[in-house]
Amino acid sequence: MQASISLSATSHSSPAIARSDRSVEFINTNALKPVNLRFCGLRREALGFCALKRSGSRSAVLSGRRSSSRELSASLSQNGVSSKGFDYDLVIIGAGVGGHGAALHAVEKGMKTGIIEGDVVGGTCVNRGCVPSKALLAVSGRMREFQNEHHLKALGLQVSSAGYDRKGVADHANNLASKIRSNLTNSMKALGVDILTGVGTILGPQKVKYGKVGFSDNIITAKDIIIATGSVPFVPKGIEVDGKTVITSDHALKLESVPDWIAIVGSGYIGLEFSDVYTALGSEVTFIEALDQLMPGFDPEIGKLAQRVLINPRKIDYHTGVFASKITPAKDGKPVTIELIDAKTKEPKDTLEVDAALIATGRAPFTKGLGLENINVETQRGFVPVDERMRVIDKNGNLVPHVYCIGDANGKMMLAHAASAQGISVVEQVGGKDHVLNHLSIPAACFTHPEISMVGLTEPQAREKGEKEGFEVSVAKTSFKANTKALAENEGEGLAKLIYRPDNGEILGVHIFGLHAADLIHEASNAIALGTRIQDIRLAVHAHPTLSEVLDELFKSAKVSSVSSPIREPVAV
Amino acid sequence: MASSLLSKPSLNSNNISFSSSLSTPHLCPLRRSSSITFHIRPRRRNPSVQAKIREIFMPALSSTMTEGKIVSWVKSEGDVLSKGESVVVVESDKADMDVETFYDGILAAIVVGEGESAPVGAPIGLLAESEEEVAEAKAKAASSSKIAPSTPPPAASPPPAPATVPSPSPVEVSSPPVSDGPRKIVATPYAKKLAKQHKIDIGSIVGTGQFGRITPVDVETAAGIAPKSSISNVASANVASPAAPAPPPKAAAAAATAPLPSIPGSTVVPFTTMQAAVSKNMVDSLSVPTFRVGYPVMTDALDSLYAKVKPKGVTMTALLAKAAAVALAQHPVVNASCKDGKSFTYNSSINIAVAVAVNGGLITPVLQDADKLDLYLLSQKWKELVDKARAKQLQPHEYNSGTFTLSNLGMFGVDRFDAILPPGQGAIMAVGASKPTVVADGDGFFSVKSKMLVNVTADHRIIYGADLAAFLRTFAKILENPESLTL
Repeated sequence: MQASISLSATSHSSPAIARSDRSVEFINTNALKPVNLRFCGLRREALGFCALKRSGSRSAVLSGRRSSSRELSASLSQNGVSSKGFDYDLVIIGAGVGGHGAALHAVEKGMKTGIIEGDVVGGTCVNRGCVPSKALLAVSGRMREFQNEHHLKALGLQVSSAGYDRKGVADHANNLASKIRSNLTNSMKALGVDILTGVGTILGPQKVKYGKVGFSDNIITAKDIIIATGSVPFVPKGIEVDGKTVITSDHALKLESVPDWIAIVGSGYIGLEFSDVYTALGSEVTFIEALDQLMPGFDPEIGKLAQRVLINPRKIDYHTGVFASKITPAKDGKPVTIELIDAKTKEPKDTLEVDAALIATGRAPFTKGLGLENINVETQRGFVPVDERMRVIDKNGNLVPHVYCIGDANGKMMLAHAASAQGISVVEQVGGKDHVLNHLSIPAACFTHPEISMVGLTEPQAREKGEKEGFEVSVAKTSFKANTKALAENEGEGLAKLIYRPDNGEILGVHIFGLHAADLIHEASNAIALGTRIQDIRLAVHAHPTLSEVLDELFKSAKVSSVSSPIREPVAV
Repeated sequence: MASSLLSKPSLNSNNISFSSSLSTPHLCPLRRSSSITFHIRPRRRNPSVQAKIREIFMPALSSTMTEGKIVSWVKSEGDVLSKGESVVVVESDKADMDVETFYDGILAAIVVGEGESAPVGAPIGLLAESEEEVAEAKAKAASSSKIAPSTPPPAASPPPAPATVPSPSPVEVSSPPVSDGPRKIVATPYAKKLAKQHKIDIGSIVGTGQFGRITPVDVETAAGIAPKSSISNVASANVASPAAPAPPPKAAAAAATAPLPSIPGSTVVPFTTMQAAVSKNMVDSLSVPTFRVGYPVMTDALDSLYAKVKPKGVTMTALLAKAAAVALAQHPVVNASCKDGKSFTYNSSINIAVAVAVNGGLITPVLQDADKLDLYLLSQKWKELVDKARAKQLQPHEYNSGTFTLSNLGMFGVDRFDAILPPGQGAIMAVGASKPTVVADGDGFFSVKSKMLVNVTADHRIIYGADLAAFLRTFAKILENPESLTL
């Protein structure tokens, strides 16, 4: 049941489970166009790191940026002005990465913006997702390097023995989360976004109340409302989470223990990343996957290779095609027991006894208490239904004016940066400029060692589409083994795969498994977003020797039949 | 800049970049630079069809591979194959690989279908030489598939290359079945992996871990490998290791022909895989006509050089290997081998295998291209090989690619000995201890010099007395003027 839910959410291209990836600031710098204010805000964030010891330089920078700070104050004053009888131009419910991205963009567009946060600024990504998990994965990556004697020797290095302090690792993750959280908060404060504390509820058209429990509610009006309430870990029925031996990613990220043997239910991004962390720290891992193969949602070829590198040689085994129908936490001197049933026949298959279980079966939208009934909206499996412009659809299939929903709550693509991109898209529309986000250009990454990244369609999806729409699909592949930089790092394991149309050179999908794959994918995702064709991008120059040459090789090895002119064709963005 | 760009062509010339179109869905993702070739041997069962119908065997694609899965047959039954064509895609524990045929012929029958697995060495298909044999081959396939389980076990088939010692995993221990009823076995993931790797029946292990579960340590104990001290540190520092012991082959041969009456109270300990391989190779060596030539080498200069380079990590093994390699470069015939009794096979590279005693076994890590690597690299390489041997992680090419073997028992005080020529090589050198000796020079002056006796065993089918003598003279000259070794 578990994985089927995440899958149904995926429906077309994108894995819905993900969350544990992306860092926050990058998304903001990936603004659709260069923007002074955004840079100003970010610069402040950056300064925050060194502000204490270098106050002098801060003022210098600020004075150097006088023009932009003037703009800032201008926008601040704008933000203070309510327009057309509303308290706010835009109210965002939820200050996660999606809400944050939308808020920044809205201020920049001159809107008076309020953001309601009922929990902590930063949402799942910053506090219980991508950000702290990256801290753990940074540790696991180094542990792997230190433990891989063979690899070290090949580089001529000697490391006597690698060990870790669990508390220290956990603190690193926690510190990172709080640092990013305060950066996020500061960036909004600096721009004059009103941070309204409490749980937000929609009362009716353009009217929202918020307030802490036990305090009186405040009611505000807004021209437009964005729902960005995100998601929580999904725990299937029959599983008892005690937070100690049966845990979700929320608990696992605190790293309160490193069990000898942990079962991970679900082998998507979250499960895979945690398997990387736990095995590096010495745990043995058992995967429980409802589908017939591990890593559903990845391109099959990439998944197969990833399994050879990330699963088979590690202290990991797995059960596929089974549900964990019942999981009982450890108590009274008994281990955690997991009852497995066949995913198809529902017959009992096995019982596992392990030290801990991590439930990584995807995420469920957090939309309760939003007051959706007040605007005649019914959730679908908890998700808020939206159209391709993130406009909320009501029970009768009509658009609800002035209400939008972005991020995990709409379930389109459960990724932090997707939420942010959706938020920016909505603000563009609210600002009077139509904008439809191309979800196929949104990259995704899994930060295992080595990393997996992807954008666009998988090969089977592309072939299906090609069959339906009558075009040919070709595949080009390059190996990291041929890349100088990868070999210098002694990390030649890896594959990059390009799925494209040979007739016109359109990039349909790119999948990378290998060193720094998560950073490499953006050349491909930007190309897809901008509609760049292979025949154009293959002429671009890459510095040598860099890992980016893997993609260079990939584009060069693609065979585009049409000898269209190398001059840039006009393409719709 | 220029230099960095210079390396670019090599990137492009590398075979690894692929581009495929719709028609080739089964590109192997990680094609090794060279493709794998079948190991096809003529059918032995029926001499009349010998060399007409060939079995296609499941190849060993990696040292840890015990069985392979057929991903897809690129060719189908009845297809005409020519040498070098891809026939089947095999999935090993490491990667998918295209497997090519080594012979022309017709793919008469597919014995192991797509998606099925077969142990390494088991026949997966039949190759007929001409149309006439196809029917016969099909009949054979049908009959053999009826007795499918009796396909030759992997141990019976020759390893892909003349391995001195196959991968050091203990043989299947006769596992005493546990008879306390249907007990639920709980084993950790790594324990299960280890058990599979060492071919231990997990049901035969008693778990000592928490909740009675079987831990990796339990499996290691059952497999008879103490978790760390798996190898006696013979080859630890700067010495080479004991050479091929002479007695076992005769004993083994004798045992094979006429079982000796057993003496009461004796214990029978079956060979480990490694010991079995040593035994086999020793018996095989009896088919080669060998002879021996000894030579004295004065080592004063060598000893003083050694004293100088030792702090830089150079080992005596590396010095000897390097000297042998340099001498072999001048005498290629000594580096040659006789494969079929009819010709010389001159090896393009000089790979010095060095015998190393490990706990209960013997292995020959190979210093590849020893003539080309400098002394320091060679020493470093040697250290890596020894470490790998200790961890039982030598890959097949790291112990079976030797073209000449070096065996040194000098550190035990042995002054001279006689080594057995390993199959597939032309010569092996046995090095004794260097000892102070009274020497008279041409003018009748006596002096005390360090002298070391080396003794080379060679295959007389290709290497004659004068060849060996000339080689030894060169070798001695190099060691007596060893400065060139450091260049």
